[in-house]
Amino acid sequence: MALRAGVTFVKLNSLRQATRLLSTHTRPDVCQNGGTSEFPGAKAPYVNEIKFLNENSYDPIPIYRVMDSNGRIIDSREEPNIDKESLINMYRNMIQLNQMDKILYESQRQGRISFYMTNYGEEGIHMGSAAALSPRDLVFAQYREVGVLLHRGITVSELVNQCYGNCEDPGKGRQMPVHYGSKQHNIVTISSPLATQLPQAVGAAYALKRMPNNDRCVICYFGEGAASEGDAHAAFNFAATLDCPIILMCRNNGYAISTPSSEQYRGDGIAARGPAFGLHTIRVDGTDTLAVYRAVASARDLAVSNKPVLIEAMSYRVGHHSTSDDSSAYRSVEEIQKWAKDESPVQKLRLYLEGKGYWDAEAETQCVKEARDTVVRAMQDAEKKKLPHWKEMLEDVYYDMPPKLQKQMKQMEKHLEKYQEHYPLNKYLNE
Amino acid sequence: MASLLTQKSLVIGKLTKYVNDCAKRLSSHFIYYPDNEKPVSGETTKMNMMQAINNAMDITLRDDPTAVLFGEDVGFGGVFRCALGLQDKYGKDRVFNTPLCEQGIAGFGIGLATAGATAIAEIQFADYIFPAFDQLVNEAAKARYRSGGQFECGALTVRAPCGAVGHGGLYHSQSPEAYFAHTPGLRVVVPRGPIAAKGLLLACIRERDPCIFLEPKILYRSAAEEVPVEDYTLPLGKAQLLREGTSATLVGWGTQVHVLLEVAQMAEDQLGLTVDVIDLQSILPWDEDTVCNSVKKTGRCLIAHEAPLTCGFGAELAATVQVYTYLTCSTNNRTQLSQRSNNIKMEECFLHLEAPVSRVAGWDAPFPHVFEPFYLPDRWRCFAQLNKLLHY
Repeated sequence: MALRAGVTFVKLNSLRQATRLLSTHTRPDVCQNGGTSEFPGAKAPYVNEIKFLNENSYDPIPIYRVMDSNGRIIDSREEPNIDKESLINMYRNMIQLNQMDKILYESQRQGRISFYMTNYGEEGIHMGSAAALSPRDLVFAQYREVGVLLHRGITVSELVNQCYGNCEDPGKGRQMPVHYGSKQHNIVTISSPLATQLPQAVGAAYALKRMPNNDRCVICYFGEGAASEGDAHAAFNFAATLDCPIILMCRNNGYAISTPSSEQYRGDGIAARGPAFGLHTIRVDGTDTLAVYRAVASARDLAVSNKPVLIEAMSYRVGHHSTSDDSSAYRSVEEIQKWAKDESPVQKLRLYLEGKGYWDAEAETQCVKEARDTVVRAMQDAEKKKLPHWKEMLEDVYYDMPPKLQKQMKQMEKHLEKYQEHYPLNKYLNE
Repeated sequence: MASLLTQKSLVIGKLTKYVNDCAKRLSSHFIYYPDNEKPVSGETTKMNMMQAINNAMDITLRDDPTAVLFGEDVGFGGVFRCALGLQDKYGKDRVFNTPLCEQGIAGFGIGLATAGATAIAEIQFADYIFPAFDQLVNEAAKARYRSGGQFECGALTVRAPCGAVGHGGLYHSQSPEAYFAHTPGLRVVVPRGPIAAKGLLLACIRERDPCIFLEPKILYRSAAEEVPVEDYTLPLGKAQLLREGTSATLVGWGTQVHVLLEVAQMAEDQLGLTVDVIDLQSILPWDEDTVCNSVKKTGRCLIAHEAPLTCGFGAELAATVQVYTYLTCSTNNRTQLSQRSNNIKMEECFLHLEAPVSRVAGWDAPFPHVFEPFYLPDRWRCFAQLNKLLHY
């Protein structure tokens, strides 16, 4: 059978040869179009040698800096024009953030709240970016951006109430601590699934773009680990193809829990992906608050003219990933110390302020004390407050409560009438 | 450019033929029962389901300046032509293609809705909605709840063609409603024809909860009815009693409703018995009152769906029918906490059942290509099961 098929094949082939020889038809030459291709998928010239590109084919994207590690301006033309009051406010918020992190971290260790995540080492990214935005710009955050919330004017009390999930928490105690959100301050509520906020932020940006006389943009924060999620790919691509007014702000702090960035990607970080998607891209020193400010301010100008921007802010996660993590299990104490001391964004900004004569040791002591008092007071208040009514558990699932959920509420109500002593009802609001 | 256009129209032609062929090839699977009752009076025009859906989106884009329609290949009208002509009419910034990425489409839609726009997202086939599962289940469904009502994405509607089409094989035939029915916060809706599709889609678009609107693709062209031209909505969370009887209750949704209507006719012709036929329409939240009241009357219940049996939505219906409690008042929309849940009267359905609740569904296998006639819960499988139920 196979043999017969083989013979037929050979016969056919020789026939084809013969036909070609007998043919008098000559095909006209195809126009070469000067060596450029006309493939719809890419605008590119032809080459005549094989050359694969790899991560070393391009120079690494440089890191934009304004200050050196001693808080001195490197090139005076790059120094941002921020007034004294705003600078001091940025620094005070950093101190406030540090104190809040310290005390809430400890309070988790004491079992007073269930969970916490600190922001150590990334304060510069929060303050620099928040200060460069309009308060009307919409923020989508991951979870390590609390400085942005403080800058927007959300009080320590409000943040602490969320961590306690008490009746003053606008989220009604439904989410874990640090999942903040504030409609009033244009900060979309944080959720745990990583990177999901990215394509959402792009969609929100598209909605803003379509509003008449739009002068708002969206900023979306995410870590370098989250950038490995499919949703990040989706967001970069949608932002570019749909021309959205968005700043995609990556906090590259070297770790995703225990995974070092060397196990997260092999390319030149996150920034190198930007141009590949057609995004305006810059890499910036995230420990340099002024550099972040300058980069975000310029990015905002591009974004509001519907040119999406990717910023990769380099930093180091000085604290543990969360209260559920001991980072000494996967990195050295020396490494942490270097970043905590010499490359601290807080220290750099303080040195800059001191150099300008805006700040001194006395102001520092005073500020730290006030910040600590604010947090302690907020915690004392938060602890006294009752938790929301248990029925809040079934509200807001739908805009109108469906009959089935009403029945389930009734079921629980009847159950509690009989078995209430087995539930911590006294901790919760009662009607 | 001209060649591009001819190419495009060729593709359109092919697609149209493909869809038509699909409908023809499986014409034996069901007979279409058009709706005779109109939800509103006034002018009507003959539309198939594709045109009715197009009409609903046209009305939305006309009346709501924030509304946008997007997805894969939506710009030229969509592979099933549901968006035909809408880009020309409303512009490229309102009706547009996205990159080929379902998680992106869903996330983008959530973002649009969060920022105050009306978002109509299209997933090309319901079989490809799973990459968007995280965005729909973890994000869209929980947005209002987790933010304490500060943020929500109720203005999002995700449309996706679903169900058997004759030769769709594994990835052009699925009915994924049960996956989403396990997700508090979502609404899941399936229409049975053009009139229902228009009214339910407009209701989904305007509803303040995120909705997944599953369109049985075999009905796009095969189903035609006199559809009211004006704007109207049908209530979500409500089932429709299409045929009344005394011996049993048949419940289905989408294409399966037509199979059940035929089974009801067969029961009347061959057995001389009448049955209730209910189109559930809303899978989540679903209308327990209509179904259970009918079962209390007839004492027998048969549920049929194309999706696989195990953990299919029929399981939820069957379980609920047996422990049903009756709610006297369900109209306290967004009232105070304290006023809620005071109007409930308990009454059980269990004592009214004359036979076990029965389910006819797709087999617990992936949806096959050449075996489709043996896989579907067709009129004969439903009729056989109904027979057993009646003689229990």
